[in-house]
Amino acid sequence: MKQSLLFLSLFIGGVIASSFISRSLLMGSGEVARWILYLLLFLVGLQIGGNKHAFNALKRNGWRVMLVPLATTAGTFLGVSLMSVCLPNRSLLDCLSVGAGFAYYSLSSIIITEFRGAELGAVALLANIMREFSVLVFAPWMVQHFGKLAPISAGGATTMDTTLPVITKYAGTEYVPLALFHGILIDFTVPLWVSFFLSLG
Amino acid sequence: MIPILSAILSGILVGYLTRDRSFHQYTGAILSVIIGLLLFFLGLSVGSNEEIMHNFPRVGWDALVLTMGGTVGSLLVARYVYIHFFKK
Repeated sequence: MKQSLLFLSLFIGGVIASSFISRSLLMGSGEVARWILYLLLFLVGLQIGGNKHAFNALKRNGWRVMLVPLATTAGTFLGVSLMSVCLPNRSLLDCLSVGAGFAYYSLSSIIITEFRGAELGAVALLANIMREFSVLVFAPWMVQHFGKLAPISAGGATTMDTTLPVITKYAGTEYVPLALFHGILIDFTVPLWVSFFLSLG
Repeated sequence: MIPILSAILSGILVGYLTRDRSFHQYTGAILSVIIGLLLFFLGLSVGSNEEIMHNFPRVGWDALVLTMGGTVGSLLVARYVYIHFFKK
């Protein structure tokens, strides 16, 4: 929560600072930005590969745990596709690449900005921040009406860090290994889905 | 897509091979610094782009609509999976 607010204020700080910085300074940093993105992805991979808890949930629950990331992915893409009909000025692929952020707003908005421009990047940033905050705020309601897997699916890629405390509190500690496994797997698929949808568009 | 895939896969491989080394405790912090910087730059490019700033209400609205679709969709499928495979 604290880190999310910090990231959000850095973004807003950038928006405010842009009126004081000369245009020429903002141009011509494209090549550097791309290499920083690759470094970022390498570090995300490093974190996934070095995580020792990832497969505890598999041992405990068997094949059933795979159903949860599948539900998250299928449900998100179905819902986003339906909603894209209400947004005639956005293509289905653009909508799907925003949805494929699965609440991982930093990574998804950075990739989308790099390959598709800052406008859709801003949509992705806001949409995925809202998704994370919806879990932080509505987790008890989600558990009550949609069962104990609900905050895990809604939390997407954040269920291994920022939304883990509320999942633990409202779904119960027995769902923690599952939430970790789910978060790590979705985390890994975010850059893949996002760049897949962007490459089709 | 290929460079993205190779960047993340090489990270996973190095991470897995070095999973017992102590430097892993710093990965998260380095990652946060880089993400913070990149989001600041994203803010700069959004702020200096007049087209986005003029359309900001629509950017926010589209984001809200897409979030609701994705979140409610995943809640419904998660409910189905919970009832049929997890509930005792």
